[in-house]
Amino acid sequence: MLGYSLRRIIYTAPVLFGVSVVCFALVHISPGDPLISILPADASVELQDRLRVLYGFDRSYPEQFILWLGRALQGDLGTSIATGRPVTTEVMRAVGNTLMLASVATVIGFVLGCFFGFVAGYFSNSPLDKAASAAAVFGVSVPHYWLGMVLVIIFSAQLGWLPAAGAGPGGSSQWKFDLEHLSYMVLPAITMSVIPMGIIARTVRALVAEILAQEFVIGLRARGLSEFGVFMHVVKNAAPTALAVMGVQLGYLLGGSILIETVFSWPGTGMLLNSAIFQRDLPLLQGTILVLALFFVVLNLVVDIMQSALDPRIKR
Amino acid sequence: MTAPFLSIRNLGVTFTGGTRPVRAVNDVSLDIAEGEAVALIGESGSGKSVTMRAVMRLNPEKRSKLDGQILVGGRDVMGMNARQLSAFRGGEAAMIFQEPLLALDPVYTLGDQIVESIRRHETISREDARARALDLFDRVRIPSAKSRLDNYPHEMSGGMRQRAMIALALACRPKLLLADEPTTALDATVQIQVLLLLRELQRDLGLSILFVTHDIGAAIEVADRIAVMYAGQIVEQASARDLIRSPRHPYTLGLLKSRAHDAMVKGVKLDAIPGAPPDLANLPAGCPFAPRCTLADAGCRNQPIAIQDIAPGHLARCRRLDKTALQNAG
Repeated sequence: MLGYSLRRIIYTAPVLFGVSVVCFALVHISPGDPLISILPADASVELQDRLRVLYGFDRSYPEQFILWLGRALQGDLGTSIATGRPVTTEVMRAVGNTLMLASVATVIGFVLGCFFGFVAGYFSNSPLDKAASAAAVFGVSVPHYWLGMVLVIIFSAQLGWLPAAGAGPGGSSQWKFDLEHLSYMVLPAITMSVIPMGIIARTVRALVAEILAQEFVIGLRARGLSEFGVFMHVVKNAAPTALAVMGVQLGYLLGGSILIETVFSWPGTGMLLNSAIFQRDLPLLQGTILVLALFFVVLNLVVDIMQSALDPRIKR
Repeated sequence: MTAPFLSIRNLGVTFTGGTRPVRAVNDVSLDIAEGEAVALIGESGSGKSVTMRAVMRLNPEKRSKLDGQILVGGRDVMGMNARQLSAFRGGEAAMIFQEPLLALDPVYTLGDQIVESIRRHETISREDARARALDLFDRVRIPSAKSRLDNYPHEMSGGMRQRAMIALALACRPKLLLADEPTTALDATVQIQVLLLLRELQRDLGLSILFVTHDIGAAIEVADRIAVMYAGQIVEQASARDLIRSPRHPYTLGLLKSRAHDAMVKGVKLDAIPGAPPDLANLPAGCPFAPRCTLADAGCRNQPIAIQDIAPGHLARCRRLDKTALQNAG
């Protein structure tokens, strides 16, 4: 177990290097001059050159990469061109907000998804299964920005129960644990939870149906186990895969919630990415993508180790 | 004769899940005395496993219909409620399966599965249950039993797994052991070891065994009596010795003739029964074996055939027993 975990951690090193190369390259491949956004339209060539040297854009790509990577390893992701603040601070604050939202959304999605999945799997091909499967398909296929807007129209505009946008009163982006801040989280979290809910429900349904068709379930009944006892065995058999899917979903939500965060003006990584792209804020874009990729890699690592701890058939 | 421990009377099993109902078991009556081993033999789809599962009511409840009567130790299995049934399963009666790798939960260790089973039926501490699991592993002669208890099913060899499965079945000291082709998935050398183990356990513990197999050799090895099934019916039953020496039903005769034996020389064709078993969703009105039977006449095809006594303890379901007696003599 320990050996497997160690090996698995060592394997992530080349992955991380690859991630950093892609992060760096991605931004430089994309068209557009990063300095355009901060230079006045009539800036002299001389000023342009001076700024270029200042930001290090005059050096060769490998040189820029090594300098960037060296600083990144020390926790310095550079300075945002648009705001002039350190990228690390900006990204970390956004990551905190997104992590909060994505975790809540994943938990909601996981609980609902497991519920629908187990119901559908246990009563497969019954009307209950049809209803639960329909909910899952809805979750996977509904455009979530549209769902977000519909929820805002109903619960904010029409009923006035919940705030429509932001992470706190007065546009504050600092998260606090109180009822008022929580109310800001309800709509985006529900909107976001719909995706993992659908995917987890479908996975769990397939898992449960497959497990119930196996002979050992008859074996368990033949030992006199109650339906609840059999259910616990099904849960333990389904758990490794279900948790793995949940981990991957959390990873997607961390980076892939640009549309939802923009709809709800949630000050997280999605919104940060959005503005970084539109302002051609290269250091911010690089930094955000790198941090998100790191989270994704670490999350996968945790999921892998967890899965091997739960499923004895995975070779350690 | 004292009352049998297991008594099956006119058992019928119909599967209703498909487009047409399938009559998998039809009018099966079978008794097993205390401490007796009875083998149920027949080809795939003859209803032997379904009959065995019906004894524990393990056939899918929503998709199957049972009729007839099953008594185990005088108690009516058909009339048991959920609580009684789950105390009965694994308690009074236990089952071992054909492929232990599929019949054991892959993500629990064998020790945990045995402990779970014991604690399901008895109020006993985890430690005591584990001590009993260890005894059971020794009993079925699993080497280094203590460390084997912490193995997962996939970490064991096939023969070892089947021994573990037998240990699990014996965990709550059942009186009736249902064995569903327990040696079919094993190597020939391991098969005989497992059969001998079953025989030994049966003698030592006084178990009644219902043993399902399509291997006549295995049946002779373990069973006191043998019942032959065809198309959901028992066509003949007798003591193992009588059945082998003087089979009376044409199907049994065909089965025994189709065995490879010592006198066979290279190039000699193996005798086989022509044709194929009938469709269970569309059974003929008369004897289901009639279309393949060389002795069948019009009377065989018209109406169901009743099972009749030939000699004490020897029953056959055939109208042409006069002819088969001649075949036997010749």
